[in-house]
Amino acid sequence: MDPINSIANWLEGLFTGWGLAPWLVNLILTGLGIVVLSTVALIVAIVCVWIERKVVARFQDRLGPNRLGPFGLVQPFADILKLLLKEDITPTGVDKIPYNISPIIALATVLILWGIIPLTPTVLGSDINVGVLFIVAMGAISTLGIIMAGWACNNKYALLGAFRMVAQMVSYEVPMVIALMIPVILASSMGIHQIVESQSVWYIFVVPLAALIFLISSQAELGRGPFDLAEAESEIVAGFHIEYSGMKFGMFYAGELLHAFTVGALFASLFLGGWSGPFVEQVPMLGVVYLFTKALFIYWVIMWIKYSLPRLRIDHMLSFNWKFLTPLALALLMVVALTHKLLSNTDPWVYVLSMLVANIAVGWIALSLARRRAIIERKKFEENRALARPAESAAAAPTS
Amino acid sequence: MIPLSWYLIFAAALFCTGLFGVLARKNSIAILMGIELMLNSVNVNLVAFWRYRTPETITGQVFAIIVFAVAAAEVAVGLALFISIYRRRNTVVADEINLLKW
Amino acid sequence: MTAVQIIFLLVAAATLGAGLLVVTAHNLIHAALWLVVSLFGIAVLYVLLNAGFLAVAQVVIYIGAIAILVIFAIMLTRKVAADSGPQTNSNWGWGAALAAALFGALFWIFQGWPGINTALQPLSESQDTVVQLGQALLAPDEYLLVFEVASVLLLAALIGSIMIARVRKDS
Repeated sequence: MDPINSIANWLEGLFTGWGLAPWLVNLILTGLGIVVLSTVALIVAIVCVWIERKVVARFQDRLGPNRLGPFGLVQPFADILKLLLKEDITPTGVDKIPYNISPIIALATVLILWGIIPLTPTVLGSDINVGVLFIVAMGAISTLGIIMAGWACNNKYALLGAFRMVAQMVSYEVPMVIALMIPVILASSMGIHQIVESQSVWYIFVVPLAALIFLISSQAELGRGPFDLAEAESEIVAGFHIEYSGMKFGMFYAGELLHAFTVGALFASLFLGGWSGPFVEQVPMLGVVYLFTKALFIYWVIMWIKYSLPRLRIDHMLSFNWKFLTPLALALLMVVALTHKLLSNTDPWVYVLSMLVANIAVGWIALSLARRRAIIERKKFEENRALARPAESAAAAPTS
Repeated sequence: MIPLSWYLIFAAALFCTGLFGVLARKNSIAILMGIELMLNSVNVNLVAFWRYRTPETITGQVFAIIVFAVAAAEVAVGLALFISIYRRRNTVVADEINLLKW
Repeated sequence: MTAVQIIFLLVAAATLGAGLLVVTAHNLIHAALWLVVSLFGIAVLYVLLNAGFLAVAQVVIYIGAIAILVIFAIMLTRKVAADSGPQTNSNWGWGAALAAALFGALFWIFQGWPGINTALQPLSESQDTVVQLGQALLAPDEYLLVFEVASVLLLAALIGSIMIARVRKDS
């Protein structure tokens, strides 16, 4: 009961029956697959617009859009119609080619990621054996798109916003790559299909700290949540997409939401077992349902973090990355590699429990070191404050 | 199929383009971009030779990865130098950085 | 003309064209963007050569780090007046002649080498280049020393570039 593969086989038989050459049949089927997958991904983007607005409304104790259609379901279509009909203003002095290409790059690098996520046990866009590194590569290209957008706009604030965003994205790629290497160690392969298949126990129960580091650095890579200094309206107006209007802005916006959902799908594949669930071998299409449910849950967690926490300052953000998150990720990588090598031939329960204990130990040590450091800094800060002291202790207290 | 000669001629052409960039450009960062083109052409050469002549051993790819690392290190130090020079001399044009010229 | 040959010709032409534009573009940021196109074309060539890991590593390292560094450096050292006027120095004729002579010499050497038309042997199915690469880089009797020396080199470059580009408080 595998509808997608049976449709593909039937089409292949049909085209070969018409006398087309095998490479042409392959090309047509690949093209059809690309069209179907992109359409599904873009429809998911539209649904994400609705989900985002409803969820943020509920977090802020209000209802959200509920006038257009039942529960506001027609709202995203109204949004898209508005963006399509808006006037497309191009400021003077822009560099035409980077200005027009960067919204395309912003959306394309997210859509490409849908090609490597395994949707069911048998349906996969492309089974490359370096899938994990491919995710990082697409993040790197989207960083380039942001620089192009910021520079091409001929606007100082767009350039500043782009610089900050790129500094943040490049910095948070480091713990993200290290945290991504941990499922690779556990599964002995960089291909996402192999990682999903080797999750007899979901990796979030084996290496929860790695999942947490991946979630935090993905939140920063997305430019969302407490890490959104570069595009916050109260700080730098709209950051690097300040000069974009109409559908070009729509592509940035939809790209950002789709990227958040894609990060949810990737987290689900790498740490939550992907398409696995009850009865998925008999009915492969259930794999898509399970994957999307898990991806929606992680997307909801990402939104939860965004709408509950205040914004971080850029120097706090970067020092958090370089002084806490990267050493923690490196230490965790070494501990996981050591434990995996020592215990890979023992009973699975012993393996899982000892990995879990090792993770919690590393996290505990890191947090107590951070707490000790925070106490020292707070004490230093309190000493230096010039408080308005009463007269008798002002004579006794030193001035430094 | 694609004969080895196509890859080698392509790599030679890219190398000569990078060489022209290094010899003929005024701005130091443009010279650095020419150097990057040359390093990439050498990498293509290495991987082509690996694939066509010794695909069983992995030495060609290891060499290419080490070239990646060296190129990254060189670009980082080079750009740090250029930024530092720009702060002192207010120029990155190679002809104007001539204090040590005899 | 098989499909792979057409793809190779298109990608090689695009990469060479982008390379020419890198070395002749007037506006330096346009040159950097053409460099990105050229690097991406080379990543596609790595895929054609069955070196998938190198292709993705090329995108991550070159486009994701080096090209962005170059663009940042161009923006930080930019003087708008410097974008007008000739971008090539007075010896560009000799440079072009030397590059053309070198290309001619390399072409002539290729003609004289009998191994130039080696055919493509298909890779055996059991060979996983990523696993082989990992084992080669970390096996003590293969390339572990090279790997460690490269790490020390990167560490030296990291520390060196921070020291050089630091803003000194005394000056």
